[in-house]
Amino acid sequence: MIQLVPRQGVSNGWQIATPLLAVLATMVAGGILFAIIGYDPVAAIRTIFWDPLFGPAASYSRPQLLVKAAPLILIASGLAVGFRAGIWNIGAEGQYIIGGITGAAVALALYPLEAWWLFPVMVLAGLAGGWAWGMIPALLRNWFGASEILVSLMLVYVAQRIAAWMAFGPMRNPEGMGFPGSRNLQQYPSAANPELLTGTGAHWGVVAAALAVLATWFLMSRHIRGFHLRAAGIAPRAARFAGVNPQTLVAFCLGLSGALAGAAGLFEVSGPAGQVTAQLGVGYGFTAIIVAFLGRLHPVGILLAGLLLALTYIGGELAQLTMALPAATVQVFQGMLLFFLLGFDLLTRFQIRRSIAA
Amino acid sequence: MIDPISVFLLLLSASTPILFAALGELVVERAGVLNLGVEGMMIAGALAGFAAAYASGNPFLGFLVAALAGATISMLFALLTQVFLANQVASGLALTLFGLGLAAMFGKPFEGVRAPPMPMGPLRINWIVWLGLAMVPAIWWFLNRSRAGLILRGVGENHDAAHALGYGVRATRAAAVAFGGAMAGIGGAFISIATVLQWTEGMTAGAGWIALAIVVFSRWTAPGVLAGAWLFGGVTVLQLRLQAAGVDVPVQLLSMAPYLATILVLVLISARQKFSRHAGGAAPGSLGINFHALR
Amino acid sequence: MTANVFRAERIGKSYPGVRANDDVSFAVAAGEIHALLGENGAGKSTLVKMIYGLVRPDDGRMWLGDDPHAPTDPRAARAAGVAMVFQHFSLFDALTVAENIALGMENPPPRRKLAARITQVSHDFGLPLNPGRRIVTLSAGERQRVEIIRCLLQNPRLLIMDEPTSVLTPQEAELLFATLRKLAAAGTAILYISHKLEEIRAHCDCATILRHGKVVDSCDPRAQSARELAAMMVGGEMRVIDRSGRQAGDVLLKVEGLSQPAPSAEGMRLKRVSLTLRAGEILGIGGVAGNGQEELLAALSGEVRSTPGTIALEGRDLSSKGPEPRRVAGLLAAPEDRLGHAAVPDFSLTENTLLTAGARKALVRGGLIDHAGARTYAEAVIRDFDVRTPGPGTAARALSGGNLQKFVVGREVMQDPRVLVVNQPTWGVDAGAAAAVRQSLLDLARRGAGVIVISQDLDELLELSDRFCALNEGRLSDPVPTAGLTLDRIGLMLGGAHGMEEARA
Repeated sequence: MIQLVPRQGVSNGWQIATPLLAVLATMVAGGILFAIIGYDPVAAIRTIFWDPLFGPAASYSRPQLLVKAAPLILIASGLAVGFRAGIWNIGAEGQYIIGGITGAAVALALYPLEAWWLFPVMVLAGLAGGWAWGMIPALLRNWFGASEILVSLMLVYVAQRIAAWMAFGPMRNPEGMGFPGSRNLQQYPSAANPELLTGTGAHWGVVAAALAVLATWFLMSRHIRGFHLRAAGIAPRAARFAGVNPQTLVAFCLGLSGALAGAAGLFEVSGPAGQVTAQLGVGYGFTAIIVAFLGRLHPVGILLAGLLLALTYIGGELAQLTMALPAATVQVFQGMLLFFLLGFDLLTRFQIRRSIAA
Repeated sequence: MIDPISVFLLLLSASTPILFAALGELVVERAGVLNLGVEGMMIAGALAGFAAAYASGNPFLGFLVAALAGATISMLFALLTQVFLANQVASGLALTLFGLGLAAMFGKPFEGVRAPPMPMGPLRINWIVWLGLAMVPAIWWFLNRSRAGLILRGVGENHDAAHALGYGVRATRAAAVAFGGAMAGIGGAFISIATVLQWTEGMTAGAGWIALAIVVFSRWTAPGVLAGAWLFGGVTVLQLRLQAAGVDVPVQLLSMAPYLATILVLVLISARQKFSRHAGGAAPGSLGINFHALR
Repeated sequence: MTANVFRAERIGKSYPGVRANDDVSFAVAAGEIHALLGENGAGKSTLVKMIYGLVRPDDGRMWLGDDPHAPTDPRAARAAGVAMVFQHFSLFDALTVAENIALGMENPPPRRKLAARITQVSHDFGLPLNPGRRIVTLSAGERQRVEIIRCLLQNPRLLIMDEPTSVLTPQEAELLFATLRKLAAAGTAILYISHKLEEIRAHCDCATILRHGKVVDSCDPRAQSARELAAMMVGGEMRVIDRSGRQAGDVLLKVEGLSQPAPSAEGMRLKRVSLTLRAGEILGIGGVAGNGQEELLAALSGEVRSTPGTIALEGRDLSSKGPEPRRVAGLLAAPEDRLGHAAVPDFSLTENTLLTAGARKALVRGGLIDHAGARTYAEAVIRDFDVRTPGPGTAARALSGGNLQKFVVGREVMQDPRVLVVNQPTWGVDAGAAAAVRQSLLDLARRGAGVIVISQDLDELLELSDRFCALNEGRLSDPVPTAGLTLDRIGLMLGGAHGMEEARA
């Protein structure tokens, strides 16, 4: 008989090994899936995981890595803080959209003013928009006990509709010949979020993501607030006993993750996306959940996981172009990755022993 | 201008997907499991059911396949949470993301084709609608009057005690999750086969999440789920009527109504549980907590 | 000689790293109340779990009557005639009495019939129960009735009672024993698990004593003194506690008219609790579980804030302050639940010092954590309180109950509090660790601190405290000096009769 014996502590070795195992298992399972639907599994895996970095078109796709990884890392850093504390913000997608809209609103309202302070104010507006959208589930939970999971998720659908309304209504480009979508902020110098170093893909969002990784690392491992957050996630009563106010914690976590998601939205709308459209939300908010888990809710892990998932995005697009793989392949991959990770996680918490049945 | 009977029929139709999914999740949660993968199971059912109905020309076969598909994909969740003891919230999310991706990937060939017509049941109401309505008393009876339902509630209320009395906690929970998956699958297929009549990516549009909220609203009872599903159906029909009537509000804002209504309902019901001492404790005692027999 | 109903022969069971039972043999006769006596961790629970089919033995054999007894699960054990009342009730709070009983039976009769039988049987045994009530609404004593009736309805041959009196008042315990006597008279064999020596001496016919998983002795408990039984159980003389050298000084803590709403549907309301605590004094607060102990601790620790003017430490009003400012002022607490309340299970001992000692030991400055300092402090607690662990990096969950308790109490005591409040300081702790914890509280008081000990263990309260109060349904009685207090008198206080006059009336 096989027995599960809880480990005395959490195994550090397995902490690092399980994400790698999960990635490997995903590649194998993904290969099998490709074979089933009639693609060459080896070529497909290579196109997704290898070619974007080292393939023939790598010079085009490599910069894309940072462009896609930045929002993922920025959002996941905030989410991970909340997940550690047992506060489940799964509406980052909505906070991302609202942050993008509020940030863009500043620029669109002041157009065509050119000023050095415009972009910083937009960033603040993006942070504030995401923060406010995240505070809705926080306050509803604190005041009424409503589940932050369901409220934050419902607000994603609301945010998507607000984005559509903005694109078709209030924010529609007056010079856009009737097409939906706002002015293109990339063509508005003071409001644009340009590539900072040519050929790297690095824009201000990349800088912000790096700062977020550093800041959350400091918070979680050096500051007493991070300690309290972790305690609250494992043993809420012990955290209360230590002096943590659960309501403050809820507001802090949802506010922080909302603000970071909002900033990610702003950097996207002023940079790679360029404008507010109905399709402002492209799923970064959901993928960031996977990034957070794959990174073990640890800032450095999130950094690596963000890059890996960015790779699957680019690789997926590449595979769509060169092999005509369905676009949803990436989504399936990401879902599988999370599945395998959660499954292998058992190894970090339990030892598997064989016992001889009497 | 508005004929109450036809409005009621629309309401029935609009509430049916949520009713199925929420009834299934009700049983799952009563067994002490929180499966946030309802949306993923619904979309899997929507696609599999549609594909089977389209290929065979028989919509009922479609619903059967949808139930199987939902139950099958739910077993991934059961495996993770009951065998590998993974966090239920994360596993449910994974199921949703995976289901959405899987359906999008396999759904391409079915875009743009129409579902075979559904034969009407008595009173010109779809057979599946009837089935959903019949499930309400059936599940109520199962939970409150049957021995199996009693064991299921026991497992959900206090899994340690159930284990100490010799009941199989994991097997009971896995069975409940499979049932929940089948119900969510049927709910999803109702959208593709009976409402929209075609397959589009992401067509469940949050219905699974709304179903989760309705279980909370119902205070974990079958009649409560029916009330919640009808409330939601009512808001949806009203919103569509207002759109059709050309009210001077942007379509995008009107279409927020079901989600805002869900939040409102969630807040009201949570507030009631929070502020009234006697209403509290409706949620199953072991909800969302994994069971591991130490020795 | 009456026939043996149950017999165990050379039973053994191992877990990774632990030999839980080794070569255990004993027999229980029909009509006998047989005590299984041992310290926490002596292997009593594992043994009864094997009899009840929850765990399978590695070696040895069991017989029920003349048949071999090797149940594969509790249902098989029940079918064979074994019934069990659990220490932590195996009840379902949201379900009704009848539903709970049906879950404990193999083939329950239809609902109405079952309800009628419950009413009848419970009436016959003098344990009235309403089958339609939900468990949440029942008291601890009533809950135990449900468990007992659930067993009785199956006419068991062997009834196992696992520490059944730990949640009962002395009077309720008497009622329980009367029931057990009736059952034994009807021929049921009863296996009674406890570490309470007095009740075993008073009520059991035979005792088997377990130590470190082995049978060390068996005797007629009525022929032994409590001290002799304790020596058999612990394997040596009990350590004597030093109460000397303390004097009551100035008033340190004053609680006045503290009322608090219940924190949850199952919680207890605090009703105008008042007390004063002097320097050098130990105040004992007794009570049956669930009468407001946790709520009182939460109100004193600051986890729950109270109305201004109700809690003052050395004249300073702390009522509206949270746990941290209270610690800074010198009011410290150690809750009952070690894992999950007093300590974070997955955190190392070093990290667990940060839970309460951040301010007083300067382990946290300006929000920044001094990890090295925390480690040093954890090492000091481990050394001074003789915590048996590989080191400060060990997770709290890996420690035994006694060692973790020493760590938790040590963490607070070594911060030199002005007032320390502890709840159930030796619950589930072996005798050696319990004595060490009690001595550390006495030493703390000797150094001039005030100590409040909330406990359900009356012997402990009598041993430690200078004055005694009873907590009953959220009300705290007036204190009485411990010297000369009898168990009977305490029983009456716990039952809610606050003064002797009421008790006589």
